[in-house]
Amino acid sequence: MLEALSYEFVQNALIAGLLVSLASGIIGSLIVVNRMVFLAGGIAHTAYGGIGMAVFFGFPIFLGASLFAVVAALIIAFITFHHRNRMDTFIGLMWAVGMALGVVLIDLTPGYNVDLMSYLFGSILAVSHEDLYYMGTLLGIIIFIMLFWYRDILAVSYDSEYATLRGINVKFFYTLILILSALTVVVAIKVVGLILVIALLTIPVYIAEKLSNTLYMMMILSGVFSSLFTLCGLWFSYSFDIASGASIILISALSLFLFLLINKLRLV
Amino acid sequence: MSIIKIENLSFAYDRQKILEDINLSVEDKDFLAIIGPNGGGKSTLLKLILGINPVQKGSIETFGTKPQKNLSKIGYVPQNTNVNTDFPIKVIEVVMMGHIGTKRPLFGYAKEEIMCAMGALSQVGMEKFANNKIGDLSGGQRQRVMIARALCAHPQILILDEPTSSIDVDGQKQIYELLELLNKTITIIVVSHDISVILEFANKVVHINKRLTQHMITKKEKSSHFCEVELFNKLKGNSC
Repeated sequence: MLEALSYEFVQNALIAGLLVSLASGIIGSLIVVNRMVFLAGGIAHTAYGGIGMAVFFGFPIFLGASLFAVVAALIIAFITFHHRNRMDTFIGLMWAVGMALGVVLIDLTPGYNVDLMSYLFGSILAVSHEDLYYMGTLLGIIIFIMLFWYRDILAVSYDSEYATLRGINVKFFYTLILILSALTVVVAIKVVGLILVIALLTIPVYIAEKLSNTLYMMMILSGVFSSLFTLCGLWFSYSFDIASGASIILISALSLFLFLLINKLRLV
Repeated sequence: MSIIKIENLSFAYDRQKILEDINLSVEDKDFLAIIGPNGGGKSTLLKLILGINPVQKGSIETFGTKPQKNLSKIGYVPQNTNVNTDFPIKVIEVVMMGHIGTKRPLFGYAKEEIMCAMGALSQVGMEKFANNKIGDLSGGQRQRVMIARALCAHPQILILDEPTSSIDVDGQKQIYELLELLNKTITIIVVSHDISVILEFANKVVHINKRLTQHMITKKEKSSHFCEVELFNKLKGNSC
């Protein structure tokens, strides 16, 4: 195991795993307390359209996917403000159309056949230096925004009507949370893939929520659990030569199961 | 001088009329009770006074100006405080949401804000629970925290929407006694179903079912036994 650490791609994978875990811990907490899990799922799948576009037009994948995901987030914000009762229909639509667009564009791309599976289930062992810079910058931005606007984001998440009464621009912060979710989903796709992204954004967060008294505690604990699961998953994946994304999710799910079991036993 | 003045106010969602031709004035240190059937427009009227809903027809003035200009002078306790009880948030953090966004530090909360929030909590007798998770409190305790949140900005009017709807009898009594105490310094407006309780504390009762009927409560009525049916009859009689 230890000799594996000397390989650069393993080092990159570990750093990427940690950066994405911390980002998804913070943003996952916001997604869960704002009941936005389905929205994040919609954004993740729509982002595949962006991956297709990036491959087709030949620009960086992260850039294409991020732009596409942010546009999806803005559309979702618009629908939330104006057609709330039809939201599930619209998100389902974006979800499917984004995926279809991605598949078609990748098919149309001449010569180069991207492995669809690597985007669906993650390809953490193929993380480049540029990817790491991108992830690090995103994490920095997220932490800064959280420090600066923590009380507003807390107020909007806990009681948006009251926040409006206190003169907080609820729509702005709601949209901001969606945009940050979109960007986080895109980097998480690299680690666990877009199908498993939702599990990474919810399982550690759910455990953390039960153990926290405050939102920032929940964010920190989510980040810590997420990192632990990711590192364990990677070790598992390396030892038994199985897919990394799926290992991370299964380790998370197993931990959640144990957590619930222990909780249950303690109550009896 | 009236601190709230409503004249010929009408309000409709889409084409459905909710309020019609409402006239009401609230004086300083009034204890106003708003009663009426569900869907009769009580909450809508509160939202108009708070400036959440825009005025469509007629006029509302609070402190002589538009409601939107008086965010900090009116404290509001919303109807359902039992939602989102899983949310990881401490009592003190909930109360600090009541601060209006002036004089805030770059990050986090200022010392004065924390002191002020603790003051509001001790006003409602909840200072011991400042660091508890909001979801661990009982319905009545949570309601008092919401009152503390509204008091945080030192309002001159406190508006409560069904403050006792999901609280046990002891908790209800405590809430009303607290409101009576607060009424010595500020104006209270309560939307409520508990007519018999309200009568003990309110000096003005209005019944809203699209239209508004007002009833002043005299000292004599307060002391003598007064049954709910009689009050309803009285209010209904006025409206015809």
